[in-house]
Amino acid sequence: MRSALKTREKTILALRFGALGLAPVLIGIGFFRQEHLEVLQKAVRICLECIGIG
Amino acid sequence: MPRVHRHRMRGRISRQRVIQLLAAALFNGYAAGFRKGRIFTGGSKAFCVPVLNCYSCPGALGACPIGALQTALGAKHHFPFYVLGTLMLFGVILGRAVCGLLCPFGLVQDLLHKIPLPKLTVPRRLDRPARYLKYLVLALLVVLLPAFLVTDTGIVPPLFCKYLCPAGTLGGGVPLLLADPNLRKVAGALFGWKALVLAAILLASMSVHRPFCKYLCPLGAFYALFNRFSFFQMRLDEHKCVGCGKCEAACPMQVEVTKDINAPECIRCGKCKAVCPTGAVSSGFARGGASRPAKKEAP
Repeated sequence: MRSALKTREKTILALRFGALGLAPVLIGIGFFRQEHLEVLQKAVRICLECIGIG
Repeated sequence: MPRVHRHRMRGRISRQRVIQLLAAALFNGYAAGFRKGRIFTGGSKAFCVPVLNCYSCPGALGACPIGALQTALGAKHHFPFYVLGTLMLFGVILGRAVCGLLCPFGLVQDLLHKIPLPKLTVPRRLDRPARYLKYLVLALLVVLLPAFLVTDTGIVPPLFCKYLCPAGTLGGGVPLLLADPNLRKVAGALFGWKALVLAAILLASMSVHRPFCKYLCPLGAFYALFNRFSFFQMRLDEHKCVGCGKCEAACPMQVEVTKDINAPECIRCGKCKAVCPTGAVSSGFARGGASRPAKKEAP
C-alpha cells in the first residue's frame, strides 16, 4: 500500500516536471520555426469560418 | 437536483466570479473593437490565451489556442510545436482551473445557469459516456481531420471553429455582424447553423450546468489530461472530513470529491471548498510532492 502510494507520487512528480520541462522546449522550437508569426497572421484577420460566414 | 450557489449565501460576489470577470476583461480588452466592428491587429495576437476565446472577437487581444492548433495542422500540416507547448504549459500549471476560473464562455454558461428555471441532472448512464464526447471532438475535429484530410486547396478549414464552436459565434460572429452590414449580407446557412448550435448550448446552460464544458469543449478535454498532476491541485484532508457529502452535492461537475478530488472533470471552481463545514477541502499550488490526501490513522 505504502509503496504503491510512493510509486503514484513519483509518477505524478515525473509527469508534472516532465511536462513543465517539455513545454518551454516546444515553445522554443516553435519560435525558432517562426510558428508564432503564423499564429499572428491568422489571428489578425477576421476568420470567416470562426464567425460562421464560411 | 443539484444544490448549487451555496457559496453566495451571504450575497457577496464569489472569488471565482471576480477572477472570471477580470479574465474575460483582460482577454477581451480591446473595447474599441466592439464599437468599430474591427478586430485587434497588434503583436499580442502572436500569443495564445489559455481559454477558448475567438481571435475574431472584436475585443480579443490574443489568439485562440484551438483555432491556432487547427490552423497549424490544417494549413501547414506540420507539428504545432508552439501552440502545443503553450497549451502544455497552461495545462501543467493550472489544469482545468483554466475552465473554472478563466474561460469567458464558462462565465457565460455560469451566469445563464443562475436564471431561476428548473435545474436538470443528466442521468448518470447518459452523463458518463457523454463526457467522452469532448475527447472525440478534440481528437477528430481539432487534430486528426485537420492533420490528415486532403482537400483541393491543400488547406483544411478549422472544422471545430466552422461547425461547432459557440464561443466564436457569440464572441466573434454576433458582434461583427451587428457592427458590419457587409458581413450581414454574406451570412448564410452556415451562420444559421452556428447560431442554432449557440442557441441550443445557451438554452441548455439555463438548466444544465456548463453543458459545453462537460460534453463538447476540446480545450477542456486537453486540460483534463493534466488535472491529476498539474501544479494547481485541490486537496482533501481526510482527518477533517466528516463525510457530510455537502461538497459532492454542491459540485456542478458531479465530481466525487471525497473519492477523486482531482478527477479530470474537476474545473477547480472552489464550490466544494466553499461549502465544506470543516475546512477539509483546500486548493493551491503543489510545491513538489503530489498532493495526496492525508489518510485517517487507524484507531
